[in-house]
Amino acid sequence: MTSRKSVLVLGGSSDIGRAAARAFAKAGYDVALAGRDVAALEPDAADLRARYDVEVGLHKFDVLDTASFESFIGALPALPEIVISIVGLLGVQADAESDLAHATAIMRSNYEGPALILGLFAERFLARGSGTIVGVSSVAGDRGRASNYVYGSAKAGFSAFLSGLRARASRGGVHVVTVKPGFVRTRMTEGMKLIGPLTVEAPVVGDAILRAVENKTDVVYVSGKWRLVMLIIKTLPEAVFKKLKF
Amino acid sequence: MTLVSGWGRFPVVDSDVLRPRSFAAVGEAVSAGTVARGNGRAYGDAAIGATRTLTMTGFDRVRSFDPATGRIRLEAGVLLSDLIDTFGPRGFLPFVVPGTRFVSVGGAIAADVHGKNHHCEGGFGRYVDSLLLRTGQGEVIEASRDENSDAFFATVGGMGLTGIILEATMRLRPVETGWIRERVISASDLDAAMRALEAGDAATYSVAWIDCVARGRDLGRSLIYLGEHADRGELAEGADAFPVGQGSRLSVPVDLPSIALNRTSVRAFNELYYRMGARRAGGSHVVSLYPYFFPLDSVGGWNRIYGKRGFLQHQCVIPQAGARAVLGEILDRVARRGDASFLAVLKKLGQGDGILSFPLPGYTLALDFPVKGDILNFLDEIDRLVVAAGGRLYLAKDARQSRATFEAGYPALRRFNAIRKSLDPAGNIRSKLSQRLFDEV
Ligand SMILES: Cc1cc2nc3c(=O)[nH]c(=O)nc-3n(C[C@H](O)[C@H](O)[C@H](O)COP(=O)(O)OP(=O)(O)OC[C@H]3O[C@@H](n4cnc5c(N)ncnc54)[C@H](O)[C@@H]3O)c2cc1C
Repeated sequence: MTSRKSVLVLGGSSDIGRAAARAFAKAGYDVALAGRDVAALEPDAADLRARYDVEVGLHKFDVLDTASFESFIGALPALPEIVISIVGLLGVQADAESDLAHATAIMRSNYEGPALILGLFAERFLARGSGTIVGVSSVAGDRGRASNYVYGSAKAGFSAFLSGLRARASRGGVHVVTVKPGFVRTRMTEGMKLIGPLTVEAPVVGDAILRAVENKTDVVYVSGKWRLVMLIIKTLPEAVFKKLKF
Repeated sequence: MTLVSGWGRFPVVDSDVLRPRSFAAVGEAVSAGTVARGNGRAYGDAAIGATRTLTMTGFDRVRSFDPATGRIRLEAGVLLSDLIDTFGPRGFLPFVVPGTRFVSVGGAIAADVHGKNHHCEGGFGRYVDSLLLRTGQGEVIEASRDENSDAFFATVGGMGLTGIILEATMRLRPVETGWIRERVISASDLDAAMRALEAGDAATYSVAWIDCVARGRDLGRSLIYLGEHADRGELAEGADAFPVGQGSRLSVPVDLPSIALNRTSVRAFNELYYRMGARRAGGSHVVSLYPYFFPLDSVGGWNRIYGKRGFLQHQCVIPQAGARAVLGEILDRVARRGDASFLAVLKKLGQGDGILSFPLPGYTLALDFPVKGDILNFLDEIDRLVVAAGGRLYLAKDARQSRATFEAGYPALRRFNAIRKSLDPAGNIRSKLSQRLFDEV
């Protein structure tokens, strides 16, 4: 057993998950990766071990299987110091407008599942009196847009959950970070038209998460430009906003 | 279809660009006219598929690393910058690095890149023990000096034309620090520069930056940079054994108008550069590996300095025996033209390893030219001098040489093509470069 700090990454096989795992491993943390397909996580585990000489554990986790959450946490070899949820599903807005199953999957993957699992961790962290919870939400949750409001509304719910949890947990020594990455060049956004100057690569998000945890930041817009963009978007009057095409 | 170009932004052509996420997806993506692309640092059309381009930078995992020997197994999309940042602090660096660290392992193998140490330590391929290659025929093979050795030696320096490199096992160089003990020598003309490089043969690293605007008596005046890995005892008190690599502090946000780069600005820059360097000449001092190996990396997107139309790099190697006369002639023509690049690079190379590797024992000269006016004709003339001297051009930099120039420079082409044919009888793997220079049409 090492006495090193540990981080658990839920959604470990996503590009941002991998980047976050690398950032923490580089900083000397032992890492646990959790995802639906454990075998698919093996190469990432080997990568972290080879690069940073840290301990890496793998765990099966499905964000839609809320019934398994308690036993998932119970089966972890130890309660981590930090838990990061990067789980999410962008989905296809046009499909979600008529396909209830698809809309439900988007809502559950971006809100219900992440909020419930982080809520369970929060209880255990509060009982211990320490810990950090990181939720990767989205600028899309700052205001519903015609082009992706199913996803956006779920992220809005998740952001609200995190801010409420932060208010409560901070009194018990537990810190909650909300990350709003903006456009990131990942598998999720492949083929989408992203605005160059507002787009970052996954490692930038990974480093930003590490910094936010170490500096105890509450809400991180990964690129400072987004904070401004979203401030403008949030303050546009509804009458104007509904006419905008985006 | 997407518009794609190399680092020189010339030519710009249409290609289907895919970013496979698994080796199985790589296999499925290979169709007639496909080539792999690393980080797009080749200047011309080498990393653009005849119809389809597979971006490999998503394959960036290290598979295993042995800190006792420095042997590493990794996916081909890992960037050298990532390797340096990750393993540098653990006491290991790549044996060979080119002038930018933003190249992938796959790209470095495919071009068998040379560094400032080629004259004594050889190229990138020399430190590669084996490769996992997905051939055009659809097989996945492990190739090394002993196993599938034809495929191995054709892939090292083979510009991606033997198939897609998926993984490689290579050796890293153990180092005590990330610092270089540098000695700068100023040379007042070409003879002095070549003498200094000859005298620098014993140095691990050597390279000359030539002022290619200087003419007459000053023709070939340059600064020669010799370097050795510094050990801990040479560092200043309290200095970290491994320096921090800065990201680009400056970057060129937009294409500069073509007038920004003119005779006056280039002349002024070169004059300043030479004088500042000459002042540092003489003693030796310890510098971070980053500015020593990668001086251009500190300016992001510097290729935009040359404007929208892009630029060409002309990099030739001339065999040792005739080198002085030909280099003098080339430099003279370039200086008389006056619109050449900022700085030219001159260095000594040793024997190459791959069948199509660029290096041969002699001198390599690299020059940049903006794409404008009669530049293509001018470079054709320079090519004639190179061919007459038994030299060749570097494929990783080329966007325009003729078939005749290429065939004269690479006599092992026949053997290369035979191996290529055996790995890919249907001819699936093709780049714009191979269409221009190799493939029968
Ligand atoms: C500023 C600058 C300085 C440079 N200095 C030097 C130098 O000092 N010495 C030197 O030798 N070169 C130098 N180069 C050239 C550069 O090192 C090579 O072009 C290198 O191949 C670029 O690697 P890449 O990953 O960007 O590959 P790309 O440019 O994307 O591709 C280059 C070639 O590699 C092939 N390739 C890439 N990945 C794979 C793969 N996985 N499997 C099969 N084939 C693959 C491509 O098909 C293509 O033929 C320099 C380039 C720049 C921009």
